[in-house]
Formats: sequence, structure tokens, C-alpha cells
Amino acid sequence: MNRKPTSRRQFLKAAIAVGASTALWQAPAVAQGTSRVVVVGGGFAGSTCARALRRLDAKLQVTMVEANPTFTACPFSNSVIAGLRELKAQQFTYEGVAGDEVKLVVATAIAIDSQARSVALDSGETLSYDRLVLAPGIDIRWDALPGYDEAAANRMPHAWKAGEQTMLLRRQLEAMEDGGLVVISVPANPFRCPPGPYERASLIAYYLSTRKPRSKLIVLDSKDVFSKQRLFQNAWKELYPGLLEWVSLSSGGKVTSVDPTTNTLVTDFAKHEAKVANVIPPQKAGRIAERAGVADQIGWCAIDPVTFESRLRPNIHVIGDAAIAGGMPKSAFAANAQAKVCAAAVVKLLRGETPAPPKLINTCYSLVTPDYGISIAGVYHPANGQLAEVPGSGGISQVDAPRSTRSLEATLANDWFRTITTEVFG
Amino acid sequence: MKLTGLSIAGAATLALIAAAMAASPESPVGAASCSGCHPARPGVQSAVPRLTGRNPADIVAQMRAFRSGQRAATVMDRIAKGYSDAEVEAIAAWYAAQQ
Repeated sequence: MNRKPTSRRQFLKAAIAVGASTALWQAPAVAQGTSRVVVVGGGFAGSTCARALRRLDAKLQVTMVEANPTFTACPFSNSVIAGLRELKAQQFTYEGVAGDEVKLVVATAIAIDSQARSVALDSGETLSYDRLVLAPGIDIRWDALPGYDEAAANRMPHAWKAGEQTMLLRRQLEAMEDGGLVVISVPANPFRCPPGPYERASLIAYYLSTRKPRSKLIVLDSKDVFSKQRLFQNAWKELYPGLLEWVSLSSGGKVTSVDPTTNTLVTDFAKHEAKVANVIPPQKAGRIAERAGVADQIGWCAIDPVTFESRLRPNIHVIGDAAIAGGMPKSAFAANAQAKVCAAAVVKLLRGETPAPPKLINTCYSLVTPDYGISIAGVYHPANGQLAEVPGSGGISQVDAPRSTRSLEATLANDWFRTITTEVFG
Repeated sequence: MKLTGLSIAGAATLALIAAAMAASPESPVGAASCSGCHPARPGVQSAVPRLTGRNPADIVAQMRAFRSGQRAATVMDRIAKGYSDAEVEAIAAWYAAQQ
């Protein structure tokens, strides 16, 4: 960060003076000019990438486009819903990002011209780029579940983007009388945060068991298998017997429509009229991905596993939840890891160099109670054009671990949140 | 922890890599993810140790112990199994060289 603007040129001069090898000369395709990178989205992926780009090459002009002046983090937002944490603990400003000399533009990107390499903003401004990084996160597919549109979300919150929706679901739970029925519906893969619905079910069950113990929680699932399944189900049996019921796809759990006027969720076999209904709807990449032409037919973005460059448009990279990163799940940890790898690749590509195949980690903690944590971890590398799990690595917490290990993992979950948010926003 | 089984060649490689990487912000393959849990900056309240400035031989030895199961772990046993000795040595050397 303390590099002087001329250091690279001075370095090259010095290299010539000492008769450097020609390898040094192949580098700077654009070394004379200043390369411009635009990052769209200021979540875990976008903010990490923007800062990493500046740290890797202090000559880069990096602009980050983000619609909200404050970021509200999803990890730990299930604790907010359960009344265990305040929303304020989830919120971060962009002062740290700006401190790395990233130019912040508070606006929404509305169109991308991949030929002209430009981003149009809702403010009327247009930004030119040499390389573009899209980190738009997710959008809800409002057309995918009959009855569930934006108006319905005010009655049956999704709370799958943290913020007002998180607080709406919390207030509904708080207002519910003891003995009420809470229903959560879970979509088919892929979606943001694969273990998230089950952590949410756990923490809502925790809230109900401690505050409204005559209540009932039903989880209607569009899947038969899910992340950390044995760990969750063992914990539910031990901690929330009779309170939490999970209905799998093959048991008729798939929600086929909802009716917000009666707060009803409909499956092929039953209608559940809920006091509190949390509809986690089908999702897709944030809509700018579609407008940029980098989203596929099912709404997500295929990427090169080395550079995170789109398979569909050159010079546009996609990271975080919007990307289909092979075996890597859509998590904040993965978004942060991908962002750093993508930043390094972008810097190399701008210099005309070839990035080496990367290796990335994912680690996700879930809470079953505030003092009961479980995790999944994985190591990923490019294989057959995808990011695949390194054979023999990864997996979930020990199924038969003692309670002290669960307590330790709950502590480590909190430690992780502090560490990653400090790196990304601090 | 004692350094076991790290060859002289390995140690020499660590030293060479450390010297070459001393001033580079560019990290070796597989290093970028670590700071998701291991705080890059001082002052973060966490039970997870910082890697910056740490003795590289110690990191290499710990990763081997995690991989073999010799050292109990929550997630590091699962993560260590995804890394080769050469990768760990390069990462350890780079972290040692960071301020």
C-alpha cells in the first residue's frame, strides 16, 4: 500500500540495468496506463475483492458500486430472528473499504455493455472498465412459487436478505401467542447458505422452547437431503423433541403454492395455516448478472474455476452467491475466499500473466442453540473445469462429539464472524 | 511443538521461498482462504491464532499433526487433508514473511 506510483517503472529500469531475464519483460500489457476494475456489489464477495485488488496493485483504479450505504450481513441473522442478537451487530459501513482507496459509488448498476466494457448506473453515470467483477448476491425468483410475490413477502417474510425482513420475522414470532404454528418452507438447490434454513429452524425452535413451549414448528422441504443433516437431526431429537418436525420432499414437504391472505402454505398433500410463515423462496443470481448476459437459463453464473471469469462473457468475473462454483456452497466464507482468488487472477490477467490454479477453503458454522455449534468444511481445486472438493478433505463435525465440542464450535462461529467482518469491512 | 520429519531440503526451500516472498502481497496457492478464520490483523478477539509472522516450521508441523490426527481439531483436521506438504511449506513461508 505504500508503494510509490512510479515503483513498477523504477523496478523495470533497475531490472534492465542488472541485465534481467526476458521473463520480466513479458509482464506489463497495460503497465503504462492505469487499469480500471469495477466491482458491482459490496457484500462479502465484492468488498473483499475491491480491497484485495487495491492491496495487490496500488496502481489499479478500483470502483465499487453498491446501492446501500450500509451492509447488513446474513450470517448470524438467524440469531437476530430468535431474539438472541440485535440487527445492529450485523451492520457495517464502507469506511474500511474506502480506506483502501476504493472509489465507492452508491448507486445501482442497471446495464452492462460487455463490448464497450461499460456499466450504466441508475444515477445516469457510466463507468468504463478493463475488467468487471460482479458480486450481486441473490435475488428472489418472484415468479417461481405461485402466490409468493413482493407483496406476499410483507405477510410471509423470506428473511433471506438480512435487514427489514429479518426484523419482520422476529416481530411476528414475538407477537405470536404460545401454542401457535410456525412453518418454514425450504427451496430446492441451489440457494444461498445451504445449512441456513436448518440453523433458522433450530434457533426458532430454541426461542419457542424457552418462551412459547406449547408451540409447534414445521419445516416443509423441497429436498430429501441437506447440509449437516445428521448433526442437525440428532440435535433436534435431543433438544426439540415434539416441537420441530421436518417434512422431506418424499414425505410431501414441497410447497407448491402459498396464500398470503390466510397465511397458508400448500403442498400436494396438505394445507398448513400458519401463525407465522417463513417462506424461503427459490432464488437466482442478482439481476444485474442477467442484464450482463452472464446468467444461464436457471439464473446462475457459470465461471472458470481458475479466474472466476464468466463462461458466457469475456472480461466479466462473477464471485460469491451469484456464481455456480462447482462444489463450493454459497456462503460468506466461500464468497470471501473466491474474492481474494479472483482479485489475484484479475491483477495477473491485466498484466498479461497466467494465473495459477487456485485452492480454496470453505468453512460454515451453524448454531443449534447459542451454545451448540456444528460445522462443515471443504477444500476445493479446479478439476474437469469445475471447482471440486479435494479428495479426502472436508466433511462435517464429528457426529458423536461431546457437548464440549459443540460449545467450542459455537465459540468458534462467533470468532469467525468477528474475524471475517474485520477483514472485509474493518 | 517439535519439528519432525522436515528435510534439510524442505527447510532450505522454506527459507528460499520466504526470502523471495518477503515483499510480495501476492500469496501462494491456497493461502488466500486462511484469513477467513485466522485474523489477518491484530486486535481481533478470537481463539483462532494469527499466522502472520509465525515460525514457518511450526505451521508445517501443526498442519501435519492435524492431517495425521495426532493433534485434535474441530475443522483443521478436515482442512489440512486438502493440502500437500509443498503447499503448506509455501504458505507457511509466505506468512512468516508478512508483517
